Amino acid sequence: MMRLPRFEYRVPRSIDEAVAAKGDAPPDAAYVAGGTDLYPNMKRRHQEPGTLIALHAVEELRRIEPREGGGLAIGATATLTEVRRHPRVRADHPALAEACRLISTPILQNMGTLGGNLLLDTRCNYYDQNYDWRKSIDFCMKKDGTICWVAPASPRCWAVQSADSVPLLVALGAEVDLAGPGGERRVPVSALYRDDGILYLAKQRDELLTRVLLPAPDGWRAVYRKVRRRGAFDFPVLGVGAWARFEDGGTVAEARVVMGGVGSAPEAVEGAAAALVGGTLDDASIEAAASAAWKAGRPLDNTDFSISWRKEMIRPTVARALRDLRDGP
Amino acid sequence: MRTMSPAEPVQLRLTVNGEPRVVSAPLHHTLLEVLREELGLTGTKHGCELGECGTCTVLVDGAPVLSCLAVPAALEGREVTTVEGMETAAGLHPLQQAFVELGAAQCGYCTPGFLLAAMALLDESPRPARDEIVDALGGNLCRCTGYLKIYEAVELAAARMEGEDAEPAEETLYGEA
Amino acid sequence: MARRDGGSGLRVVGRALPKVDAVAKVTGRTRFADDLFLPRMLHCRMLRSTVPHAEIRAVDTSAAEAMEGVVAVLTGKDLPTPYGILPVSQDEHALCLDKVRFIGDPVAAVAAIDEESAEAACRAIAVEYAELDAVASIEDALDGEDPGIHLYGDGHNVHKAVALEFGDVEAALGEADVVLEDTFFYEGNTHLPMEQHAALADWRPDGKLTLWSSTQTPHYVHRALARVLETPASRIRVIATPNGGGFGGKSDPFNHEIVVAELSRRTGRPVKICLTREEVFYCHRGRHPVLMWVKTGFRNDGAITGMHFRSFLDGGAYGSYGVASTYYTGALQTVTYPVPAYRFEGLRAFTNKPPCGPKRGHGTPQPRFALEVQIDKAAHRLGLDPARMRLDHLVPPDSVTANWLRIGSMGLGACIEKVVAASGWEEKHGRLPEGRGVGLACGSYISGAGLPIYWNAMPHSGVQLKLDRGGGVTVFCGSTDIGQGSDSILAYVVAEVLGVDPFAIEVVTADTSLTPVDLGSYSSRVTLMSGNAALQAAERARELLVQALAEKWEIPGSRIALAEGRAFDVEDPDRSIPFADAVVAAEAKFGTIGTVGSYTPPASPGRYKGAGVGPSPAYSYAAAVAEVTVDPETGETRVDEVWIAHDIGRAINPVVAIGQVEGSVYMGLGEALMEEMTYRGNRNVVHRHPSLLEYKSPTTHEMCRIHTFLIEDPDPNGPFGAKEVGQGPLLPIPPAIVNAIHDAVGVRVDEVPVTPQKVLAALKRKAKGEEAREGPAGIPEFPWPEPVRVPPPSSGGDGRAIDDPRHIGAGGVRDGGVTGGVPA
Repeated sequence: MMRLPRFEYRVPRSIDEAVAAKGDAPPDAAYVAGGTDLYPNMKRRHQEPGTLIALHAVEELRRIEPREGGGLAIGATATLTEVRRHPRVRADHPALAEACRLISTPILQNMGTLGGNLLLDTRCNYYDQNYDWRKSIDFCMKKDGTICWVAPASPRCWAVQSADSVPLLVALGAEVDLAGPGGERRVPVSALYRDDGILYLAKQRDELLTRVLLPAPDGWRAVYRKVRRRGAFDFPVLGVGAWARFEDGGTVAEARVVMGGVGSAPEAVEGAAAALVGGTLDDASIEAAASAAWKAGRPLDNTDFSISWRKEMIRPTVARALRDLRDGP
Repeated sequence: MRTMSPAEPVQLRLTVNGEPRVVSAPLHHTLLEVLREELGLTGTKHGCELGECGTCTVLVDGAPVLSCLAVPAALEGREVTTVEGMETAAGLHPLQQAFVELGAAQCGYCTPGFLLAAMALLDESPRPARDEIVDALGGNLCRCTGYLKIYEAVELAAARMEGEDAEPAEETLYGEA
Repeated sequence: MARRDGGSGLRVVGRALPKVDAVAKVTGRTRFADDLFLPRMLHCRMLRSTVPHAEIRAVDTSAAEAMEGVVAVLTGKDLPTPYGILPVSQDEHALCLDKVRFIGDPVAAVAAIDEESAEAACRAIAVEYAELDAVASIEDALDGEDPGIHLYGDGHNVHKAVALEFGDVEAALGEADVVLEDTFFYEGNTHLPMEQHAALADWRPDGKLTLWSSTQTPHYVHRALARVLETPASRIRVIATPNGGGFGGKSDPFNHEIVVAELSRRTGRPVKICLTREEVFYCHRGRHPVLMWVKTGFRNDGAITGMHFRSFLDGGAYGSYGVASTYYTGALQTVTYPVPAYRFEGLRAFTNKPPCGPKRGHGTPQPRFALEVQIDKAAHRLGLDPARMRLDHLVPPDSVTANWLRIGSMGLGACIEKVVAASGWEEKHGRLPEGRGVGLACGSYISGAGLPIYWNAMPHSGVQLKLDRGGGVTVFCGSTDIGQGSDSILAYVVAEVLGVDPFAIEVVTADTSLTPVDLGSYSSRVTLMSGNAALQAAERARELLVQALAEKWEIPGSRIALAEGRAFDVEDPDRSIPFADAVVAAEAKFGTIGTVGSYTPPASPGRYKGAGVGPSPAYSYAAAVAEVTVDPETGETRVDEVWIAHDIGRAINPVVAIGQVEGSVYMGLGEALMEEMTYRGNRNVVHRHPSLLEYKSPTTHEMCRIHTFLIEDPDPNGPFGAKEVGQGPLLPIPPAIVNAIHDAVGVRVDEVPVTPQKVLAALKRKAKGEEAREGPAGIPEFPWPEPVRVPPPSSGGDGRAIDDPRHIGAGGVRDGGVTGGVPA
């Protein structure tokens, strides 16, 4: 049986206590909420934090509540099930409910949290393996080794951003609150990520993601589409979040098309957005946006499916997402 | 703030199958390990220990969770239900009875996980449509049955739990004519 | 409970009853191997090779031995005797002795007070390897450039090469109106039982060893333990725990079983191991990747004139069942549609990967896929309906094929007619809108192999029956329930004969000390063979009761019936006594009541070298129609619905049989669309994804609707007419799906799994006006041996090879020990 390494376990009851505990703990300490990403990684010895700061007892982290001036604030440790079933999420943010529904399995959604999904470790077929397997390839630079087997000449790690909620939240223009030793700050979700498979988060090590802030409904619509092998369990090999704000009789005033699963960070395709703005999501502009996304997407051979097929899927998937945006899913 | 050290076993109060239990176990042992190795509840099985199969599913406060990824220290005071908690003095749970009648347990290894996931489903949705069953059981892998007898068993149990005098369909038992 | 009246007069057989172990399984009471805990038990972990091919220069265990909690450490030199499931392939060691042959091959083992200490100690073992070039593929194996993986075989990195010819195939192809030549590839895949293999050994100070293990073949494990541990079999007891899924993957004796036994001997304490999921992938013994070339002649009416079939199996690093697997890729092509002249050439290569072996259908789904897709192509070429073409050319019942397989009952025609009618085939085939299609395919499988794995003249299955004066009935049989319901079959058969409640019967199985030998749960043999043994034992017991009652009641035995838990005088039904009283009467007359039954399959008419593979007491048949939707933009295929009819002879328990059909369809669907056991070419021949997440098995979302039809035409060789159902229904599924994809979008994908990228690639070629096909380009050159030439029955042969001077007895064919008995 695969077993966890040993750890010290601290159970703070407030955000302040949690941040303080993290600051006091050794540098390898990690926050843990649902544990659905961290514990498998610990069992495979990717991560072996000697101290865990467990967040389950921090009640304020779990709330889903309306924001002043509209929109929703979702506590980082609200489970994916709680998020997708929340009446306000379903009413105002059905695309987020859908993205959460598409994450792994219903059972895992009972444990995994929205904050955890945002911070999901990047994934790679050369990395998401047990210790002995990784030893047999002489490890990789993301853990214990020096080389990136996906692109051996590369100086960087190409592990893949694989969280379903992320491309959608970036497309929505959502923000997150980060609580750190120096106080709280608010950043757009898009600013949370770095294009690097190892240092994939722009968050400071001790900062705690506390809330995800969703915009108020205001003439926009959003959708999320996912490509994967099976209808459950699988991470996206491509996730497309699309958002558009409409004016007048359906003219696109603003748009964002964001891809996940193709690189180490979510990828907003400016060209795709540009192709949509000013039009009415007619077939021609959708086709142009899909082409722009196809040009931009450069998946590497480190997830399920072949890279050529994953690349090819960008065009129909983006087009379908945009048609969903126009016609309803 | 409570701090638990890896050096000594953690003492926890859990309600397991309706009974209060005080568990003493190494801090880093998962709920799966504690159930099987400390409490002797080996009805909970394991297939990967990484959250990739659903075999180790148990209920925590009525909701299915993966016991291989649950650290008991986070479950203080909560209520855990395993397959051993499904039957009562009156007999099998209707889901168990339906699984028996339809051969929905072949090797039986994934069965506890399916039963508990199905029990949680019926708790929320007493007469689920087939699509709902497919969704709710999407986190449990089975290699023997092809899932169909499991669906039929869940539907049969749901009907009986709603008070119907339901019997399996002829083609379920004997094939199509 | 509902019951369909088959008019059979049977009271238990034919009814949809619960399995006798069902309540235990739904309540968590079933004790699988890892559920066993013994006092003072130690835990074992194994250190496995991290290189694919290397000589072991040194293994330093000193640091591990010094670690806290470590009780014993083993390396290869501690267990130097080789073993293997087939007598001709004794090429495995419990721990690698001087060489490792794949990533995952075990090198050392530790017993410690807990799993974590054992794991840590494994990490502290230093192994010095001298790496050798690795053999990554069949082509690699055959190019002769890499070092040999083994020193034995039929050539450099060729484990086995065989050639057989029945009749003049060249002449037969010359008589054809159309000759099709195709290459196909069937990717390897694995069983993926939900239960990880586990074993617990307890070698007591009195010198006796008990091993509990999740094995499908306790008898072969028993033999392997005796051999490697150099201990009399009489001091070893192997108990197969209920298997949490087998599918063929727990049919070999495994290194971890031997290792925990030896560790228990050395420590004087029970030792348990439960493999991780990754290690289960390394045990493998799954479906061989097979590259195939098929040249078949057809007449304009669809009749086959002759067939030349070549198969190349990627065997992995060890022999396992591979010799049998190789023959099986050529054995059953002849049992569905007449093939008057047939030539088969097959080889199995050694490669530096986990060994392949028997998975559901053992060696036959690959050629069946090739055959059924090629027939679909032929039907299109000839302008024939694929269903009609098959129906017009069926092997007749009670006949002998060109390769000397004796066919008994043959219900394939009824199967095809059933699925054609039920699926609306005639309205759908070629008529659905673009993107949707239907495909039809058939299959056949053995109900047990005609010969045992090791040469012997003893029964393949034995049953002992004990009746006690309280009316209790206990069945003892070596058979192993892997979820298919074999324990229940024993109870139903005995209950039917003795007229008692099957749920009152105690069933004791799979215990080499308590139960008579049954060879194991493989080759779909158990219902037929242990069922026949149980039938014989029960009839003998019944006879004792009848004799005793006849004497007591002073009536002829023919007037006595056993039913409903009582014994009756059929001419005076008021005269009846409870079953227990009948046993009392018998025990008073005869003493303790115990009977035995045994089963040995009939001799096969084939007497040539290689004839050991293929014969069976009875062949099951199946036909399936699959309806699919293909997304032309993405290449994704969804199977919407499957209609399948299975000729089972008689369903002893229909609901259990349907479960086997549905499970087979499910597994075939996975193999057709997504499951693959593949390796990193660029990095050390390492398994790409030894995990349940990345090895893609269908979830609830991929499963289709299934309409199952059981075709019952009792076979005289089966108990109550029963034939197999555990494996055969898988066979038609991959080709039916692939044929349906062609019907949907007009492309041929000549290999499985049919991933979306393959469909899309073929669609692109089609759009460019190129051949609308995706599949292997060709086959490697290989100097095939001269074939063993055997005249088929139609040319008056006697089952012997033309130029074989040896006199071969009727029992089968030996090949340096055994080629023989061949499992599935």
